[in-house]
Amino acid sequence: MVECEKLGFEATELRLGLPGGGEKSNANYGKRGYAETVDLKLNLSTKEICLDQSDLDEKNLNKEKNLMPNCATDSVKPPAKAQVVGWPPVRSFRKNVMAVQKKSDSEEAEKGTGGAAAFVKVSMDGAPYLRKVDLKMYKTYQELSDALGKMFSSFTIGKCDSQGMMDFMNESKLMDLLNGSDYVPTYEDKDGDWMLVGDVPWEMFVESCKRLRIMKGTEAKGLASGLDFGVE
Amino acid sequence: MAYSFPEEVLEHVFSFLSSDKDRNSVSLVCKSWYEIERWCRRRIFVGNCYAVSPGIVIRRFPEVRAVEMKGKPHFADFNLVPEGWGGYVYPWIAAMSAAYPLLEEIKLKRMVVTDECLELISKSFKNFKVLVLSSCEGFTTDGLASIAANCRHLRELDLRESEVEDLSGHWLSHFPDNCTSLVSLNMSCLGSEVSFSALERLVARSPNLRTLRLNRAVPLEKLANLIRRAPQLVELGTGAYSAEIRSDILLNLTEAFSACKQLKGLSGFWDVVPAYLPAMYSVCSGITSLNLSYATIQSFDLVKLVTQCRNLQRLWVLDYIEDSGLEALASSCKDLQELRVFPSDPFGAEPNVSLTEQGLVSVSKGCPKLQSVLYFCRQMSNAALISIAKNRPKMVRFRLCIIEPRAPDYLTLEPLDAGFGAIVENCKELRRLSLSGLLTDRVFKYIGTHAKKLEMLSIAFAGDSDLGLHHVLSGCESLRKLEIRDCPFGDKALLANAAKLETMRSLWMSSCSVSYGACKLLGQKMPRLNVEVIDERGPPDSRPDSCPVERLYVYRTVAGRRIDMPGFVWTMDDEDSGLRFS
Repeated sequence: MVECEKLGFEATELRLGLPGGGEKSNANYGKRGYAETVDLKLNLSTKEICLDQSDLDEKNLNKEKNLMPNCATDSVKPPAKAQVVGWPPVRSFRKNVMAVQKKSDSEEAEKGTGGAAAFVKVSMDGAPYLRKVDLKMYKTYQELSDALGKMFSSFTIGKCDSQGMMDFMNESKLMDLLNGSDYVPTYEDKDGDWMLVGDVPWEMFVESCKRLRIMKGTEAKGLASGLDFGVE
Repeated sequence: MAYSFPEEVLEHVFSFLSSDKDRNSVSLVCKSWYEIERWCRRRIFVGNCYAVSPGIVIRRFPEVRAVEMKGKPHFADFNLVPEGWGGYVYPWIAAMSAAYPLLEEIKLKRMVVTDECLELISKSFKNFKVLVLSSCEGFTTDGLASIAANCRHLRELDLRESEVEDLSGHWLSHFPDNCTSLVSLNMSCLGSEVSFSALERLVARSPNLRTLRLNRAVPLEKLANLIRRAPQLVELGTGAYSAEIRSDILLNLTEAFSACKQLKGLSGFWDVVPAYLPAMYSVCSGITSLNLSYATIQSFDLVKLVTQCRNLQRLWVLDYIEDSGLEALASSCKDLQELRVFPSDPFGAEPNVSLTEQGLVSVSKGCPKLQSVLYFCRQMSNAALISIAKNRPKMVRFRLCIIEPRAPDYLTLEPLDAGFGAIVENCKELRRLSLSGLLTDRVFKYIGTHAKKLEMLSIAFAGDSDLGLHHVLSGCESLRKLEIRDCPFGDKALLANAAKLETMRSLWMSSCSVSYGACKLLGQKMPRLNVEVIDERGPPDSRPDSCPVERLYVYRTVAGRRIDMPGFVWTMDDEDSGLRFS
């Protein structure tokens, strides 16, 4: 059975209802988990935070504060910068192969897993056609969430704001999931069961996800049966 | 009295013309030459599958034997083109299956190929010989099984860097026992393990096999057995190059390699265990092409291998080689023509290796034949670029990727305009250029002024204003492909140079400042261009005309607007101003 984790409400508030994207209790994530919540607009790296503390305003400082301890220790590698799509221009093929190799090097994964991409179909209730994503292109639930939001935002009603970006998906709150008409990402796993996206560590999800379905919140009630903000 | 050569004589003369450019010129001489030429053209190259329709091609060239075609724009390699954009080859295969029963070769790049396509190919062309699918997608190993089973005279099956849905390795076993014609097999992109005995038997019964690129799943312990059966190999791609360290495996491998007297190219090298590299030393002196770009080994081991390849002409390697390794390369490999250095950790915030601009400068100094460069690094200076430009005036391809967008000259903190300016000014034969780092409109002025032979230009996070784009479009006489992302280029330069776009294959602009209104105008003004707005936010009509489009792809075409566009692509033209025709 899938392990449920205790969800911090704040962490899920601003996302596509994906619980625990940055706060895994899994030891591999540790403090680095907060890297995933770095505000993209700030484009800050650990180095900048250490050197220019005085330049940061209060609000940002609070968000980044969990990165501070890392500055002091040389042993922890600084987190990767927030990624710009398609930059640096490394082909997906190469990225996939390198990612699998890195995994093999550090974890001695079994041979034969290959460098193949992990394409899965994505459907969204109400959308006229399917899309496909390569799960190996993303390293976290947040990245996948952003990509899906962008992909399907053209089907929602809304006007172009000053930045020209549709932001509806990022504003769903977990609270509304079960009552309202917001969308919930679900996936079919290797056993053919439909699961709520976000319950398992990212790598496990990539290995077991066969297809994705972005359901209307009302329909997802059945899946989330008994889900009280993620507490089993 | 006017004499003319009989057609057969002219046809014979034309048969010596292989370049399309020459054949096109010949076609323009007079009507009869046009007619003779079109009946004897055997190879066609379509650089943009939407620039022309299958019907037009077939009507003009009825006796084609080889087709080469490209689909998606280059930036699709970096996920800038959404899934489903297009590039479907099926309509072409369907039309050609009827019109070209004698077709022998199909080479595709960045196209969507389905199992249906592959099956149709395998059943329609009795003499089919060559299938090259470069960076393609949309098919599974079932499609490969059709090709293997039905193409009795297959010579080449090359899947380089395609994304194949790998259902199983069973497809390889579909090659019939009497298939002995294979010359080239590249299955390096596949994940699944194929039956090793089937592979071994296939190799053993293919006396003409010259190129064999295995996939990662072929274990090192078994590599020797394969090589032994094909000592005539010219190009070999290994599988995973690791095994527990045993002297019998090493001995076996060393012996097998030493029998390959014709070996010129090596690739593969996933998961390298350095202890096994010496197995190859006996062939190093003959090696001209070495692809170590997946080999995650340290500089020391890389250098030991590379410096033995005294005749090396092409090297692809990871930045693990470091400046010191590149210096060693520069001393040992005086025939080097092409160098590509890929980043081992492109998304890391800090450099993980000691590779800087110095490495490239060393190679440019030491390798007099260097003409093609792809280099990822984290710092660059104008001084280094100027040095490289002065050292290698014969540079033909120069692609530099400084990993941090808008990174200035790290010594002076100035833009890198002067450095790239020196490149275009000194390298008069430059055909391809990719820019990076902090760049102002000035660099584009240099490019427009000097880069007269430039055919392809890639720009990212550069420039200040429309003037930059204007310099390029108005100055670069040979420009065919221009791809731009995240630059403050907008309507003015584009509209002022609309006519230029008809002389080019294509223009790509994403995350720039081109407005929907300008796209509409361009589409109206230029009926022989397809002006495609690619926008995942919904119909551009739902936003003001002044709103910038997410992505713009403009290409010349004689086929009119395409009819296979997905919901997030709109073609601008004079008929219905952006409304999608479905």
